[in-house]
Amino acid sequence: MKNTIGREVPVNIEGFGKTDMFIGAWEKLKKGWMDEITIPPPNKAKMPHQCKSCMDLEQAITRTSPKNGMTVSFHHHLRNGDNILVKTIEILANMGIKDITLAASSLNQSHDSLLKYLKDGTITKIWTSGLRGILGKEISKGILDKPVIIHSHGGRVRAIHTGKILVDLVIIAASAADEEGNATGSHGKSAFGSLGYAMIDAQYAKQVIVVTDNIVDFPCIPISISQNFVDYVVKVESIGDASQIATGTTRITKSPLDLRIAKLAANVIEHSGFFVPGFSFQVGAGGASLAVAKFIREKMTQQKLKGSFLLGGVTSYIVDMLEEGLFKTVFDVQSFDAAVSTSILNNKNHIEIPAGLYANPFNCGCLTNKLDVVVLGALEIDTNFNVNVITGSDGTIRGASGGHSDTASGANLTVVVCPSFRGRVAIVKKTIHTVVTPGETIDVLVTERGICVNPNKPELEERLIKTGLNIKKIEELQKEVESIVGVEKEIEFTDKIVGVVEYRDGTIIDVIRQVKP
Amino acid sequence: MKKKRRTMLYIPGNNPAMLQQGGVYGADSLLLDLEDAVAINQKDAARILVRNILKEIDFYDAEICVRVNHIDTPFGMKDLEEIVPLQPDAIRFPKTETPEELGRLIEIIEHIEDKHGLPHDKMTLHVMIETALGVQNVFDIAKLSKRVDAITIGGQDLTADMNITNNRDGSGIDLARKMIVMAAKANKIDAIDTVFVDINDDEGLRKEAEYSKNIGFTGKAVINPRQIDIIHEVYQPTQEEIRKAYKIIRAFKKNKEAGIGVFSVDGKMVDAPVMARAAYVLELAEIDFDSI
Repeated sequence: MKNTIGREVPVNIEGFGKTDMFIGAWEKLKKGWMDEITIPPPNKAKMPHQCKSCMDLEQAITRTSPKNGMTVSFHHHLRNGDNILVKTIEILANMGIKDITLAASSLNQSHDSLLKYLKDGTITKIWTSGLRGILGKEISKGILDKPVIIHSHGGRVRAIHTGKILVDLVIIAASAADEEGNATGSHGKSAFGSLGYAMIDAQYAKQVIVVTDNIVDFPCIPISISQNFVDYVVKVESIGDASQIATGTTRITKSPLDLRIAKLAANVIEHSGFFVPGFSFQVGAGGASLAVAKFIREKMTQQKLKGSFLLGGVTSYIVDMLEEGLFKTVFDVQSFDAAVSTSILNNKNHIEIPAGLYANPFNCGCLTNKLDVVVLGALEIDTNFNVNVITGSDGTIRGASGGHSDTASGANLTVVVCPSFRGRVAIVKKTIHTVVTPGETIDVLVTERGICVNPNKPELEERLIKTGLNIKKIEELQKEVESIVGVEKEIEFTDKIVGVVEYRDGTIIDVIRQVKP
Repeated sequence: MKKKRRTMLYIPGNNPAMLQQGGVYGADSLLLDLEDAVAINQKDAARILVRNILKEIDFYDAEICVRVNHIDTPFGMKDLEEIVPLQPDAIRFPKTETPEELGRLIEIIEHIEDKHGLPHDKMTLHVMIETALGVQNVFDIAKLSKRVDAITIGGQDLTADMNITNNRDGSGIDLARKMIVMAAKANKIDAIDTVFVDINDDEGLRKEAEYSKNIGFTGKAVINPRQIDIIHEVYQPTQEEIRKAYKIIRAFKKNKEAGIGVFSVDGKMVDAPVMARAAYVLELAEIDFDSI
């Protein structure tokens, strides 16, 4: 059956069940509540002065009485330096636990060694916002019987509230914690910044284990994860590879192409009507997306314009803009480099936020809903402005939904920046492999070969044409790209569905099929 | 309106990725290079690639110039035979030392053009001066043919030819720079400055571009697209300069209608050179003379 953006999605998916079809970006929100029933947080009690400390992670896990078919969740703030997720699964596998549902906020190359547990039946189902490295490749080949479910950051919170993801055990890695489980990522040798994604798990998981390599005297401040949710506390030698967790300061790209695109995007933002005193802003952490911040920073300084808040994944570059007084506040759900941790710790205007406040559509006001301008990347974009950020040109899973659809849905101006092609591969195409973010939520595409405005924003197009920017129809750009790189040979897929892409409201926007071997 | 030549972006002729993206950076001219940027064993491949790229790729508004190998090398003739029939906007001829060798080049080009039934007045020539002898002969080189519409200085080769080992401050080639500008301007053609090689030194580039502009260069060659915007900023007239130029041109038009030849603006007499300078400022600011 085709959903409203024309993607072929089966009514029933093996290993997933009945699908709730995507019907439009904002349709489910109009009512003011969800059709699904929310579940209460677990019912727990502890005796006075009961000790939560465990000898090691194995002892803590044993105390949670793990069982077959359980759901274990993790957060991805340790990025590529995470040691804890794999270690936990190893322990569970050694205990003979099978049929685990892995509910990680995202998975990356540091989790490559999980592959054997996917093969031997230890892990049989995965919920995640992103999937990179070997796991992405192998799942695309069909090694799991059940499809992986890709959610957005906001959608994950909704899924936990509704019990779709029913977490039995969460492991929360922290760079500092006390014996009661108050925990933070903002200081310690493995400091990584915000713990935003783990907060919902702490509240809803039946069992919560805090793991740290840095036990501090009670109370551990700031209290990012609060002791009233925490069952056990474990001190380990190391939560991960510090060089991968805290990667110094983020540098702006030197790629002339990315810089060119970023400069054009900054010009679009400047003339969009949203670049006004008090505007709010979010950019991605790398490439052209982050480089837009450089040019916006220059324009704000030149024009003495002050913004309201910066949002999202935060880099040191964003922190610099806060410290220069260009913005009043940073709301930080995930930090990307070492300098950010210090800022969270010391700057009262740098506020750590939970994922629900960041992007969950079903509450009384997530921050993405208040966003003026967001700049996002794309692996592919079609002529209806639908964006793929999850599968590569070869059809395999290698990206992340993250906050892409959340911010695009909420922002007044959503700008996608990407080259029109990479190497010999078109990025702007007639049809794309997978839709993660619906085109109706994308306002402008900025490439090196031209700027395309969504036809649903004619006033914006008119405004930008007046500024002399190189505005063209997306169909025209697509044809131009095709004339340069040619028409690629279509990838062949089988009927097996290896991934289900959930839109932030819980409907299914697309599926990922197995690449024909 | 005459096309601006503030920046000329070098692109190695054997790099398909850079060639196909050449037009997107906003450089006024693109220099598709078959000469020094291409290794000896890549010469044939580069020539074929540039030939095909010229046929296939849209470089938008940029002027397209191909730097061929010198006609005394084994590659120069082959380059001309492949490139001249495609009539890019210009051919850049390297290491020009005498009017005679330039004459020889023009003869070859026009012979190829005749063979293909092409006119002699469409494709122009940019002449590179890269040796001390070339500098000495630059005026005669510049005036040899109407097809020559730009003279450029090749700083790296000239420094080597003059045995200068330290050219950080540019003093060693300063005389050459000025002689080249003078020869070009005496012949009413463009003068293009050499590249600034440190691609990470934005401030150094800005200073050098300001100096180039101040001594009369029309523009500057660049080796990285990141250098383009800085040079364009340097060549962009200030608001004050534009305002002044606008006033002069407006006064000129008004006085001309009234039959007054000599007049003053803000208490200063306006003569032909002042007028010419004002017109050039408006040209750089992309303000149409006729619209005033």
